[in-house]
Parts: sequence; C-alpha cells; structure tokens
Amino acid sequence: MIDRETKIIFNRAVAPDTFLMGLWSREIVAGARPGQFVMIKAGLSADPLLRRPFSICAIQGNDVFCILYRVVGRGTKILSRVTEGNRLSVLGPLGRGFDFPKADQKPFIVAGGIGIAPLIFLAQAINSDNLTFMAGYRHKDEIVAMEKFSLSGMEINIATDDGTAGHHGPVTELLEARLDGPDEDRRVVFACGPLPMLERVADLTNDSCIPCQVSLETTMACGLGACLGCAVKAASKETDVYYHVCKDGPVFDVKTLYWGAR
Amino acid sequence: MSQTHLKVKIGPLELKNPVLAASGTFGYGQEYADLIDLNLLGGIVIKGLSIKPMSGNPPPRIVETPCGMLNSIGLANVGLEAFLKEKLPWLRKLNTAVIVNIYGHSTDEYGAVSAGLRGIEGISAIEVNISCPNVETGGMAFGTDPDVAAKVTEEVLKNTDKPVIVKLSPNVTDITAVAKAVEKAGAHGLSLINTLTGMAIDIDTRSPRLANISGGLSGPAIRPVALYMVREVVKVVRIPVIGIGGIINYQDALEFLIAGARAVQVGTANFVNPRATLDIVEGLRKYCEDRKIASIDEIIGSLKGNTQPGE
Ligand SMILES: Cc1cc2nc3c(=O)[nH]c(=O)nc-3n(C[C@H](O)[C@H](O)[C@H](O)COP(=O)(O)OP(=O)(O)OC[C@H]3O[C@@H](n4cnc5c(N)ncnc54)[C@H](O)[C@@H]3O)c2cc1C
Ligand SMILES: Cc1cc2nc3c(=O)[nH]c(=O)nc-3n(C[C@H](O)[C@H](O)[C@H](O)COP(=O)(O)O)c2cc1C
Ligand code: FES
Repeated sequence: MIDRETKIIFNRAVAPDTFLMGLWSREIVAGARPGQFVMIKAGLSADPLLRRPFSICAIQGNDVFCILYRVVGRGTKILSRVTEGNRLSVLGPLGRGFDFPKADQKPFIVAGGIGIAPLIFLAQAINSDNLTFMAGYRHKDEIVAMEKFSLSGMEINIATDDGTAGHHGPVTELLEARLDGPDEDRRVVFACGPLPMLERVADLTNDSCIPCQVSLETTMACGLGACLGCAVKAASKETDVYYHVCKDGPVFDVKTLYWGAR
Repeated sequence: MSQTHLKVKIGPLELKNPVLAASGTFGYGQEYADLIDLNLLGGIVIKGLSIKPMSGNPPPRIVETPCGMLNSIGLANVGLEAFLKEKLPWLRKLNTAVIVNIYGHSTDEYGAVSAGLRGIEGISAIEVNISCPNVETGGMAFGTDPDVAAKVTEEVLKNTDKPVIVKLSPNVTDITAVAKAVEKAGAHGLSLINTLTGMAIDIDTRSPRLANISGGLSGPAIRPVALYMVREVVKVVRIPVIGIGGIINYQDALEFLIAGARAVQVGTANFVNPRATLDIVEGLRKYCEDRKIASIDEIIGSLKGNTQPGE
C-alpha cells in the first residue's frame, strides 16, 4: 500500500457523465487485485475534505491502472476536470479483493451501472471464454464499451431498464434465466451495483445455493480501518456485529452479510 | 540535523515533540504503520477504550460537511481484555508515547477501565473522554457538569498509576468551569476539544444522513471554535493543555501552540493525509529553524496581548 502523488495519463469521457482515468503507478499496479480500491483526493482544498474511494477498474501494462467513475457530486466533478500530466494524491491498493473462481467453475459476473468498474478488472484477470458478463444500465447511452478493455472471447450480455439496448429489464433477470439447467453446482456469481440489485442477487444465489461474492460501497473517511466509519451489518446470531468495508471488504461472501429481515 | 528542541512536557509525561494522533482517528496505530514511521510522532492516542467490547452505532456513521465531517461511530472498540492481549504488545514496541483514551457509561466503569490498565507497562498516560452519555443521569454527558466531570477525574486518579489527561467536551455553556473543576480534582493535563454535536439532512428523503441522527463534527470547520476554547481554558488553569480541532498543517498547529497549548492532537487530517502528523512535526521544526528559535517552549503561549498568568 502506498500514498503518492500519481500522474494522470489520460482522463476522458466514455459515456455521459462517466469517465475513465489512467494513472501511472508501478507500485499500485504490482500490488493490485481485482476488487481492491484506491482513495483519491479531489482538489487541494479542505472542501471537499475527504478522499473518495474508487475501484481499480483495469490495469494496462506494468505501469498504468484505471478508474472508471460517474460524476455524482463535487469530488467526482473535480476529478472529471483534471487533465493529463497533472498529479493526484492516491492511496492504495486497499481492501480485500475477489477470490478467483476455480478452473472447473462457471463464473457469472453481474454489474449494475457504475458497479461495473471492479468487475472489468476481475474479468480481465479471469480471462476465460467460460465467463459470462452481464451488465445492466438505465439507458443505452450509459453503456461503457468493453472493447477498450481487451476482454476477448467472453460472452457479454446487456440489459437496460428502458429497453433501449439488450434485454428490457433489470440485469438480475438475465442472471435468473441462467441459474437453472445443467452444471448448476459449478456456477459462481460476482456482483457489484446498487443495493437493491445486490439484494436481488443475494436472494437468487441464496435460493439456488450458488456461491456469490459482492463488492459493497459505503461512505468512507480513512480507507484504512482506522475510523470505523464504513460499517455494514454482518449476518450473525448476535445483534450488532459489523464488518468494515474498507478492511474486511469491499468484497464479501453474500452469506456473511445481513440482507435485512427475510 | 536540526538543533531545535521540540520536546514538551505534559505534567510528568515527556513527549519528543508536541504532535500526537487523536483518539478515534488513528485506530490502534497499526493501521498507519505501513504509511509512516510512528516512532517520529510525539505520541499516539488510541481509540476510546471501554471495559467491554462495543460494536458501535448502525450505519451510515459518517457524512462529509463543509470543511469537515460528522461521525456517529458510537465509540466502537475491542474492549479492555482484547486491547491488552492483541493491541498493546505491538504498541509497546514503538518508541513513542502511547496514550490510552478511556470512557465509561458510569463513574464506576471509568474506574474499572483505569484499574484494568494499572501497573501495565507500555502505557504512557490515560486520556479520559468525558463527552459520552452518563446512564446514571439519563444520558447527559459527563463533561457537561463540572461536578460530575470532577468526580470522574477523581475516580480515574484513584484507580491509576499513570498521568491523567481529561479530554473536554465543547458542547457546554462554559468550558472553563469544567476545566477548573477537573484541574482541582487533580488531573495532570487537559485536552480539548472533542467533536461538536451536529447533524445533516438528506433533502430528497427528508431523513437524517446519520442513522444515529446526530454526530460529532470534526475537521477544519471547527478549528476557530477549538482555538478560542483552548485560549479561554489556558487563561484559567495552570496544568498543561493539549489543543485539538481541525489541525491539518503546521500553521494550524502553531496557532494552538501560540494560544498556549503545550501540544496538539491531529484527528480528521489523518484521513485526508496519512502523513499529516509527520508533516506537522517537520513544519514546526522548519518554522523554528528559520526563525532561530531554539526551543518550541518559546512559542507556547507567546500570543501577543496575552494576559495569561505565568508558567
Ligand atoms: C470501495 C468503493 C469503491 C467505489 N468505486 C467506485 C468506482 O469505481 N466508480 C465510481 O464512480 N464510484 C465508485 N464508488 C463511489 C464513489 O466513491 C462515490 O461516488 C464518490 O465518493 C462520490 O463523491 P462526490 O464528491 O462526487 O459526491 P458527493 O458530493 O460526496 O455526493 C454526491 C451524491 O452522491 C452520493 N454518493 C456519495 N458517495 C456515494 C457512494 N459511495 N455510493 C453511492 N452514492 C454515493 C451522495 O449520497 C450524494 O447524493 C466507490 C465507493 C466505494 C466505497
Ligand atoms: C471518526 C472519529 C472517531 C473519534 N473517536 C473518538 C474517541 O473514541 N474518543 C475520543 O475521545 N475522541 C474521539 N474523536 C474525536 C477526536 O479525537 C478529536 O477530538 C476531534 O475529531 C477533533 O479533532 P479534529 O478536528 O482534528 O478531528 C473521534 C473523531 C472522529 C472523527
Ligand atoms: S473507512 Fe475508515 S475504517 Fe473503513
């Protein structure tokens, strides 16, 4: 883990309000595992104050890692305006990443919106024709073109909420359609996206007893396990047991988390 | 190498420099060990410790606000036993002051944690957090009543062999009254301020942004308030004061030292810049060298127009 002023190699829009940024850091590239994240300080002033967490979305060669981010507020707005050649303070790689599927398993990746970011890196690393990638968006304009990530061979399915591209409906319906049939016990699922989507994925995989790992988002202050701000409720017989997303996660086995009373 | 003397004393406690990491923002030290050399710090104040482990409040626990943040962590911690077994042995190897921040839900609990730390090697001092709710008086914070604050201080002193620093709450009408009561009760030093109570509302859902509704405000937003309170307290007590609140660089630290704080603690800034504490130590050293100041003591309480009684 390092904390460095890191040079921006590129920072460009890849969809409306969605940017791909390449940053130069041999150390982060060398240490990064899919599912891990970095904390980036947007701007030099005390407002906005805290660093913002972003998943490592891809690595290019030995020196460049990418983040894929959506502009949702002030921090991401500032990031969208920084230009190549400038530097950003980057802390990482942080957290616990995905456990890779075994060679005889059939992986399904399920992405909701910008939740696709860590899953692109995971798909890059799994790098197998056996992988099925499902990406859901609200509208076709939001689709992040996968060609630039050299994900050769794998099956990529799209779903949109408004039916403007691919399957008309939530991406979880694509997953649901693929959960029975032959090879049931070899399936594994990896998911990242909005909470309602993850809840649905948790239900589906739980009902079919399919192993599933999800990457979670919470607000964070330190990213280091020091502030205890990023708590999520654990599945536990005792009440009030919490995990800390920055240290115990952001990737969790769905079974270890509390998904509400059901 | 530099000649400037950065050593300071907080009662019987000697610090190699006046910069400490604040409780709750630095975990148990280990969380930052990969990023900075902890041995260069004046000291580390560990996360608030209670008799029993505490899991803390439901999330969301933090929200950013202008130049600051609100937290409602809920004093989550590993508890006395696990601290002694799992955290302290590692901390003991460091060559810096280790200050254990403690709290309780009753006066007895303060006494019990203090007793649990008595005679134990590797603990430089105890910092008593009196900002938490007192179950005996319907949840009013110990630190809001001078008499109650004094009682807690006495209870801790009775049960410990270590220097005792009492950490004051700013959520009071007159912080100097609490400061005087705690000094009279025998505290070796004071630290201030803890977080200011505040809240934030999500206008889309019309609900509080923190599950706990309210939380503690920290960061640069509170610095002028903290500085003023330090100044007011320094005027009325003789025991050393540690300044806390929104310090992110050495200039901020200097303001507190000039106002009369003997040392400072750095909290929220650690989240933004894990090197903040060490950058401040270096900055203080350079400031002194550039001005041919031989000892940091020359700066402490050097505020012009100062009416503070002598040392
Ligand atoms: C481990 C982790 C990995 C992440 N990876 C990515 C990523 O790869 N790409 C990406 O675009 N974002 C990612 N996020 C979310 C990202 O950190 C936030 O979008 C960002 O912090 C918002 O900052 P801001 O200053 O622009 O928005 P703010 O001004 O802080 O907030 C603006 C709005 O965005 C909402 N918001 C803030 N933080 C989050 C969040 N964590 N999740 C959802 N909504 C939020 C706020 O409620 C508010 O309504 C990740 C978060 C975590 C915890
Ligand atoms: C996330 C967080 C957790 C904290 N936990 C504690 C604690 O356990 N005990 C305590 O006395 N103060 C605690 N504090 C208060 C800080 O030690 C400090 O007094 C306060 O944040 C003001 O300093 P700052 O503006 O530099 O952060 C906490 C503060 C934050 C932000
Ligand atoms: S963000 Fe601070 S503990 Fe996780």
